[in-house]
Amino acid sequence: MAIGQTFLGLLESRPSHGYDLKRTYDERFGQGRPLAYGQVYATLSRLLKNGLIEVDGVEPGGGPERKRYAITDAGITDVQRWLAQPEKPDLYLQNTLYSKVVLALLTGRPAAEILDTQRAEHLRLMRELTRRKNNGGLPDHLICDYALFHLEADLRWLELTAARLDQLAQEVRP
Amino acid sequence: MKHATDAGARSLPSETLLTAVDLHKSFGPTTALAGASMELAAGEVVAIMGPSGSGKSTLLHCAAGIVAPDSGRIVYRGRELSGMSDAARSALRRSEFGFVFQFGQLVPELTCLENVALPLRLDGHRRRAAERRATEWLERLEVTDVAHKRPGEISGGQGQRVAVARSLVTGPRVVFADEPTGALDSLNGERVMTLLTEAARETGAAVVLVTHEPRVAAYSDREIVVRDGRTREMELTGR
Repeated sequence: MAIGQTFLGLLESRPSHGYDLKRTYDERFGQGRPLAYGQVYATLSRLLKNGLIEVDGVEPGGGPERKRYAITDAGITDVQRWLAQPEKPDLYLQNTLYSKVVLALLTGRPAAEILDTQRAEHLRLMRELTRRKNNGGLPDHLICDYALFHLEADLRWLELTAARLDQLAQEVRP
Repeated sequence: MKHATDAGARSLPSETLLTAVDLHKSFGPTTALAGASMELAAGEVVAIMGPSGSGKSTLLHCAAGIVAPDSGRIVYRGRELSGMSDAARSALRRSEFGFVFQFGQLVPELTCLENVALPLRLDGHRRRAAERRATEWLERLEVTDVAHKRPGEISGGQGQRVAVARSLVTGPRVVFADEPTGALDSLNGERVMTLLTEAARETGAAVVLVTHEPRVAAYSDREIVVRDGRTREMELTGR
């Protein structure tokens, strides 16, 4: 996840304090993995140094002063460039599961059991995500669907591999 | 009608409704089942999964008493299906089971309301009472607007919702669903599955769901995998 550009996008919608930025980020994009404060302030310092954001105001409080950050024109250009750039699709060619299947076949272990165990684990996670998406709002729905479609692709691969195990064994065994 | 919101919070199924043991079934030279077994508890949603031609639909048809296995035992609530007459099996299917198939299989000459009311009419209910209950189910499945249309005049997604309403209108203990979303796009498939499983959970009906789609199977509590006519029941991770 590009934290810097995500902060810029959030700041383009409205100026914000570091704490509020972190909270919004965690709520919308964190998915159970909140940002550390150190990460938040390190990212803001970098964006400030590069002229992509500026301090819009300082509010005194009970504790340390709270800085409000705003995006600069250069920052808006940066977000625009980032949004327009396509993400590089993952290649998925370095795959642990594939390695496990090949190694099981090479060493005479039951590869079908590895596939079945993995299939059960994938479906367990898919059930969890399905429950979560059915109980959540549309943003939750979308992020769960993203995960579900990827897990489904894995399961299709597991099914296809299970059907080809004998053939694969002949090819990988010395 | 109480609306269930958390599938995960549902109480654990207890009573065993149906047991199928060591089923064998061939169609001519083709073996469809070669030692398939399954169990179904009250109120649970079970997915039967497997590749095309693995025997998963035959297992569902045998368990539902539509097709008789060549050998093996099927016991539904203490009664062995193979020991029952055709008429008794038909009566059991009408009173205890509901069915949803891939292509709805609604009667084309009847309106959607009449289709949903049909199982009640066959069971001897008066027309007005049957249609009143059918209307409630069309509302529950969010398809009241098609009540007076014929199946040929509605979309595939609407047709499947009508089929789900028809499957539940008699208050069955088990709904057998064979690839209920197979002919639908992702969005409609998802809606049908949500409505089917929510309604089943609310009424306490168990669901036996045949599917080759993992995203559809993810609506179940557990899955039974069929390969080459044999079953392999996975760990009950979903409960």
